[in-house]
Amino acid sequence: MAFLLELEQVTKSFGALKATDGLSLSVAEGEALAVIGPNGAGKSTMFNLVTGDTRPDEGRIRFAGEDISAMAPHARSRLGIGRTYQIPHPFAKMTVFENLLVGAIFGAGQTERESYDTCAEVLDLVGLLARANAPAGSLTLLQRKRLELARALALRPRLLLLDEIAGGLTEHECNELVETIRTIHTRGTTIVWVEHIVHALVSIASRLIVINFGRKLAEGDPREVMADPRVREVYLGISA
Amino acid sequence: MGWVNIIIQGGLLGGLYALFAIGLALSFGIMRLVNIAHGDFIVLSAFVAMIVSAGLGISAIASLAVVIPAMFALGYLLQRGILNLTLGSDILPPLLVTFGISVIIQNLLLEGFGADIQRLHAGAIETESVILPGGIAVGVFPLLVFVLAVVCIAGLQFVFYRTGLGRAFRAASDDPDTAELMGVDKRHIYALAMGVAMAFTALAGVLFAIRTTFEPSSGPIRLIYAFEAVIIGGLGSFWGTLVGGMILGIAQAIGAALSPTWQILAGHIAFLVVLIVKPSGLFPRTRD
Repeated sequence: MAFLLELEQVTKSFGALKATDGLSLSVAEGEALAVIGPNGAGKSTMFNLVTGDTRPDEGRIRFAGEDISAMAPHARSRLGIGRTYQIPHPFAKMTVFENLLVGAIFGAGQTERESYDTCAEVLDLVGLLARANAPAGSLTLLQRKRLELARALALRPRLLLLDEIAGGLTEHECNELVETIRTIHTRGTTIVWVEHIVHALVSIASRLIVINFGRKLAEGDPREVMADPRVREVYLGISA
Repeated sequence: MGWVNIIIQGGLLGGLYALFAIGLALSFGIMRLVNIAHGDFIVLSAFVAMIVSAGLGISAIASLAVVIPAMFALGYLLQRGILNLTLGSDILPPLLVTFGISVIIQNLLLEGFGADIQRLHAGAIETESVILPGGIAVGVFPLLVFVLAVVCIAGLQFVFYRTGLGRAFRAASDDPDTAELMGVDKRHIYALAMGVAMAFTALAGVLFAIRTTFEPSSGPIRLIYAFEAVIIGGLGSFWGTLVGGMILGIAQAIGAALSPTWQILAGHIAFLVVLIVKPSGLFPRTRD
């Protein structure tokens, strides 16, 4: 099987804290991988390492077989790595549509004309078409989350990294978002999804990884992993 | 009638001040970089134009064809090679570095050209004038400078709000890290922005040096005018810098009409009044 993303013994320390500690994982093309772990387990750092926000101290990161460990963030996004932040980071002073245009033009390398179609299609998919010309700073939380997703999709990513995108939403909003993500996945985008809301993850992901103290604690079928006593103890605080 | 004339002449002078201000507004708006050497780059452009027009035997206006690309390249390389390294959460390093560059430029110019007062020549256009209805005589050159300022600002406005490059500028200004995630090469975009800022600086410098005399130490006062125009207009607004420049020019013209010693002071007073009444400037951009 061809792996789209591979982390090989990746270590990143912040002072004495090892945010990731010899972490290895592989994501197959077309897969939906769920990642859970307690706060501070190293999940966001893992994403930062993949997007290039931070560089690993040790280890290698490969994307589609290419070593990207030392590549600049903009070059990685041009390869097709899209990422959403836990706290949405829109370009607040630009319109929703313009937020997406930046990714379509500079990330996906589209012409101005192509980018308009891409952005309209992405906005339609995430349900923000009606807000296309609104300044991004004026959106509600749910709309910001959707914009965050749309911004990443405007890159036409091969790999989509979702960082707690469902956090802070109501049950109903969360279900809607899950359906959108399911559509994105079935259209062929590989997904790595970090989330605390496990039932949202389990409905889409075929594999679950549990991270704790920057290391992989468990890995496998989501339902089996969640039933693992070690996971229940670490993650849910329920002692076996 | 006398006052109408004064206000028109002052307003036209404002076009030049707006051109001074554009480069500063661009580097601050996009990189949050306060370029203390901005005034010295205006003067440097004038000296480069002097060499080019003497060397090639062309008029100062024709020399713009060389000076503008040269200053664009200088701006790109300066940002890429030095200024990008100074940017971060702390605003002090770029201030110190551009202050150092300011001192270096002034001293190199003094070394190379001495302290003599210089002037660029553009031929007959310098002294031609047209008579407006009502009998007011307006210099062709100041009118041309003003029209150029309007065209430049309209062009910038178009690029910023209607093109991919403009959106990259705005995205990098808004959130540079997210812009990187969207495929925008921050270092390249910043360098392009400084290149564009320097191209406008070159235009402003040559027009300034045709209109009035200059010497190696003329930079800092141009920096002050540029600052005042930007702040009166409101940060982030290109049209605001034109209005800011015009207010400055008109205030100076009125001051000069009252007493020659009041010319410069009146401009600064107008600036202070705006700062007190509306600290965010007249047209601060809330949306972009």
